[in-house]
Amino acid sequence: MKTLRALGLLIALAVGAACGGEDPAGPPGTLQRGLSSDPETLDQHKARSIQAADVIRDLGEGLVGYSATGELIPAAAERWEVSKEGLKYTFYLREGLRWSNGEALTADHFVAGMRRLVDPSTAAFYAAMLADLENAAGITSGDIPVSMLGVEAPDDRTVVLRLVQQTPYLVSLLTHPSTFPIHPETLAEHGDGFARPGKLVSNGAYTLDAWVPGSAISLKRNEHYWNNAATAIDAVNYHVMVQDNSELNRYRAGELHVTSTVPPDSFAQIRKDYGEQLRVAPYLGVVYFGYNLTKPPFKDNAALRQALSMAVDREQIALRVTGRGEAPAYSWVPQGVNNYEPPLSGFAALGKEEREQVARRLYKEAGYGPDKPLRIELRYNTNDTNRKIAVAVQSMWREILGVEATLVNEEFQVLLANMKDAEITQVFRSSWTGDYNDAHTFLSVLQSGSAANMPRYTSEEFDSLMALAARQVDLEQRKLYLEEAERVMLADYPVIPLYFFVSKHLVSPQIEGWGDNVLDYHYSQQLSFKAAQ
Amino acid sequence: MLRYTLLRILGAIPTLLLVIALAFLMVHAAPGGPFDDERVLPADIEANIQAHYHLDEPLPQQFLRYLSGLLRGDLGPSYRYHGRSVGSLIGEAFPYSLQLGAMAMALALVIGIGAGTAAALRQGTVFDKVVMGFAMTGISIPVFVIAPALVLLLAVKLQWLPAGWSGVTGMSRYVLPVTTLALPQIAYIARLTRASMMDVLSRDFIRTAYAQGLGTATVVRVHAMKPAMLPVLSYMGPAIAAILTGSVVVEQIFAIPGLGESFVRGALNRDYTLVLGIVVFYASLIVFLNLLVDILYGAIDPRVRYR
Repeated sequence: MKTLRALGLLIALAVGAACGGEDPAGPPGTLQRGLSSDPETLDQHKARSIQAADVIRDLGEGLVGYSATGELIPAAAERWEVSKEGLKYTFYLREGLRWSNGEALTADHFVAGMRRLVDPSTAAFYAAMLADLENAAGITSGDIPVSMLGVEAPDDRTVVLRLVQQTPYLVSLLTHPSTFPIHPETLAEHGDGFARPGKLVSNGAYTLDAWVPGSAISLKRNEHYWNNAATAIDAVNYHVMVQDNSELNRYRAGELHVTSTVPPDSFAQIRKDYGEQLRVAPYLGVVYFGYNLTKPPFKDNAALRQALSMAVDREQIALRVTGRGEAPAYSWVPQGVNNYEPPLSGFAALGKEEREQVARRLYKEAGYGPDKPLRIELRYNTNDTNRKIAVAVQSMWREILGVEATLVNEEFQVLLANMKDAEITQVFRSSWTGDYNDAHTFLSVLQSGSAANMPRYTSEEFDSLMALAARQVDLEQRKLYLEEAERVMLADYPVIPLYFFVSKHLVSPQIEGWGDNVLDYHYSQQLSFKAAQ
Repeated sequence: MLRYTLLRILGAIPTLLLVIALAFLMVHAAPGGPFDDERVLPADIEANIQAHYHLDEPLPQQFLRYLSGLLRGDLGPSYRYHGRSVGSLIGEAFPYSLQLGAMAMALALVIGIGAGTAAALRQGTVFDKVVMGFAMTGISIPVFVIAPALVLLLAVKLQWLPAGWSGVTGMSRYVLPVTTLALPQIAYIARLTRASMMDVLSRDFIRTAYAQGLGTATVVRVHAMKPAMLPVLSYMGPAIAAILTGSVVVEQIFAIPGLGESFVRGALNRDYTLVLGIVVFYASLIVFLNLLVDILYGAIDPRVRYR
């Protein structure tokens, strides 16, 4: 009996000991946001995930920012100039910029940040973000010292960037967290662990208050932020909600003001229950099936690739299978990209019947038929929506062409490894989301030698048009080259674009200032609580 | 006793080494690396990152590097959480799992033993049938069904309790996860206690105790409880293992930043060092707890003696 009592005491002690260290709910008026995965770091140069970038955009600020509806607006820089040939950008910082510890924020800190990004010893995932700056490529490969980077601070309030080629989207790159400045003393003192509560010195609207990995990140107002007077919300909690159903439950229970997504299965019900609170908007991302162009049957067989692509009824997929307002994709670059009009695949103009007829004819020309059906594997990463799409496409191919497709689902990392190897893949599901609002972020993926070029597409014509566009000073002419490049690529059918992503959030009626935009950026400083009635 | 304990600890070392070696091989054999993504990295950037984490070295060398770190108590850097060590991540996550597990275990023991004993004393009555019916249901329904059902009823519909964990202060946030975790254990322990108690109550020494004129309460407390608890104590080892694995699911559903949640995240992200660190930690913990249960067993049952 004594032993049982001792055991009981042991358990009681463990419970008691463990009950310390509560994380705060925050003061009243705290914005509660869902976050679909835990940021790997809040170090702006080492971060990689969309979720980390979401939080870092609240903590830090670049030279340029976005409005709630996605227009470029001045941020740390109040204005900028571009040289005539487009190779030199001069940014003029606002007067009296300060870090969250009250120290002055100078142009040198932007230079230090950009140098750290491309420095090979940082091993930054987004090091290629500034690849168009002078010497950037040589620095990242370790051949040139980092001080040679094409960025300098002639005085405390001026940042000059020098480019090796025209980069019309450069200004939008400077909204990306990887280009944010760094507080050199904090980095020197704490090294790579500087982005932690109690250490991080930030220059955005908020400072880092607490971070429980896997659970929540708490931010509070940065009193030294230049636009502090216009920041309405005092504190923000990001709650890591990996399971979308758990997130929905917290929203329903009134514990979250903004969700990161909504569960696909309950979408219709949510639309019915929440009406206006459900915000669905086009998002810069394309979901596609890629062909492995290095192996038969798809190597050097454009007719077959076209047949399979034409047999996919994208309207059915977007309407019936995903059903959350996604747009069917007949191009690679989504609609809504700045200064770009995506050309559509040639067959987009045909009706369903005609498409199927042409597809059947091409399939036959490629040497396949009822006696000799095409047998392929369709790979996707394990996920309910992906499975439904794969099943739908499998049956479309079977009914229209007689293709015998086997579905193979793999864990995400496994599929990535297989796509990278390009040995056993035939058709695979993948997606691409834009890092900045320009057609280049999509089209450059399919250039020869691009690491993200999963189909291994190579086309001299496409590459040379991309190179022409890169050298082009005239924006109108550049647009034409890029559009022509996409047209050339689409006619080669290296991929089957399926649909364009939409962003999906539940936003509480208490919140004001929410705007829909293609990048799905929603800065907390632009939101506010409605005044009590 | 001391000699026995020391021998057991020494005996655990080869087991742990084997676990580490197997786990190391298995995480490295899983396809895909920690830095793979749809945004594939340019080759020189990827090379910089691989070199940063010594992933460019041959596997045996990486294993030796890991072991030598382990000897110094260093579980290595996390591949996903840049600038964080695995040791600090486990140190932060474990208290949450310990908290949940200890509370669930305490709840399971108190309610399970109480209900089981009460049912044994009222064999065949409606009370007995209700308790055993509940126990059967509790054993059969998996945690991932109980949890959302409880959330929908108690948090979303009735709004008595919070649906999530983070940002909620006070004890209310423990109620749903702990209950979810404890329910199957309550059910199992209640059944065990009832069966064992019925067995003990039919023994001769209990009849002798009654014959001496003792009341039921005294007979159960003084004479029957201790022998009846032996099967329950033996079940503690599996129960702890069940609560540890159950907490993986519960921590996911309630987004509790414990070890189970870290483990799943680590495995999906190919955070080799984090997964290995948690495996080493759990393996050591289970070896230690098994040893503890064996020692306790000897203390309760004088017939068991260690040499």
